[in-house]
Amino acid sequence: MEITKKVLEGNVRTVSRLIRNLEDGVPEARDTLKKIFHHTGKAHVIGFTGSPGAGKSTLIDAMITEVRKTGKTVGVLLVDPSSPFTGGAILGDRIRMQRHSTDPGVFVRSLATRGALGGLSKAVGNAIHILDAMGKDYVIVETVGTGQQEVEIINHSHTVIVVAIPGMGDEIQAIKAGILEIADIFVINKADRDGAGKLYQELMYMLNMADGFPGGWRPPIIKTENMFDTDSFRKSLIELVDTIDQHYKNLVDNNLLGNRIRRKATLELTEALHSAILDPVLTKLVESGEMTQMADKVLNKTADPYTLAEEIAKKYLREL
Amino acid sequence: MAKKRLRIMVAKPGLDGHDRGARVLARCFRDAGYETIYTGCHQTPEEIAAAAVQEDVDCLGLSCMSGAHRFLFPETVKKLRELGADDIQVIGGGIIPPADFQLLYDAGLKGVFVPGIALDDIVKWIEENIVPNIKD
Repeated sequence: MEITKKVLEGNVRTVSRLIRNLEDGVPEARDTLKKIFHHTGKAHVIGFTGSPGAGKSTLIDAMITEVRKTGKTVGVLLVDPSSPFTGGAILGDRIRMQRHSTDPGVFVRSLATRGALGGLSKAVGNAIHILDAMGKDYVIVETVGTGQQEVEIINHSHTVIVVAIPGMGDEIQAIKAGILEIADIFVINKADRDGAGKLYQELMYMLNMADGFPGGWRPPIIKTENMFDTDSFRKSLIELVDTIDQHYKNLVDNNLLGNRIRRKATLELTEALHSAILDPVLTKLVESGEMTQMADKVLNKTADPYTLAEEIAKKYLREL
Repeated sequence: MAKKRLRIMVAKPGLDGHDRGARVLARCFRDAGYETIYTGCHQTPEEIAAAAVQEDVDCLGLSCMSGAHRFLFPETVKKLRELGADDIQVIGGGIIPPADFQLLYDAGLKGVFVPGIALDDIVKWIEENIVPNIKD
């Protein structure tokens, strides 16, 4: 109970440890999550995705600066890949936004993917709930640098921002089918570079082909330029923050917010069922040594995995 | 239950911009299987301590080549303690004269590593001395 209270009060140590425990699968953390869940749903969750080096972290840093001027608070989750060989990771997105680290209205946490393939980590969904419960007005999630189909971010955000940069040539063609479909807002970053006009046209062309948009929201395309030209960079950031707020308003006005939240709810239920039904069975099989015996059978071709799985299902889930 | 994965932060306090060593170490920690947060150059002790708490790291490695370690390392430990994070173990490295080691240990550093020490020995030291935090 004490932990729940501390999370709701926004205690940084408690929150960061709780996220840690959820990543590590500590059972007590899940109990805390049950209590916190009812306090969630207030934050506007914004996802940033795009290819590596597109400028996601830099844009988030600049966005935090603008948002903080209005007095609103921000929680940020930054995802970087884990090594498939050692499980280690370099989490380096934070470098771009270290200047906010002593601001009590900003909480920044880096997460490693730990084998998840959708551009996020498995713990991100729950970490969003925690930052929401601790009272952050905005929760910003940055995906790993994405290519074509790391679209998991749509299950967790109210507003998805796809950051594209000029000069990637054919990659625009390649990403047409995946990532570009999930954008609520496009940002063309490094728009002072050659090819920005062409990229803008490509995106416009793609949007022109769409058969209408839910709630009449045609994803706007915002150009952000050289961050060292501070005046014009700031202006484009103000435009971005305004557009993000307008998008949220559009979702609310058109009763579309529920659809987004339902996506996340379905996903969370699926995951919860997985850990409530499958995980205990797997644990039992491993602990009793049955898993090894079955693996041997499959290895020796004395049984096939499909029959074995059906037998296990019958044994543990009699109702099925 | 999954095994606790060690989280470590590599940080450079002060105005020293020689970060090759810090980056080599970050890479070495990644290869040792740790989740490694690197915060870049030119950080104040306050910024580093706040980041270490938000990231819930088990160990914080400070790097300094400019000779300012006598002030910056103890100051960072102090800021961590002010945030109630005295369970985060602090180690340091860089161009540090042996005569300063005791001063740093007295300030609360758990280890000091200088040029000539093998990366494997640093990882071995961490394996033996840093236990992932498991309290609530």
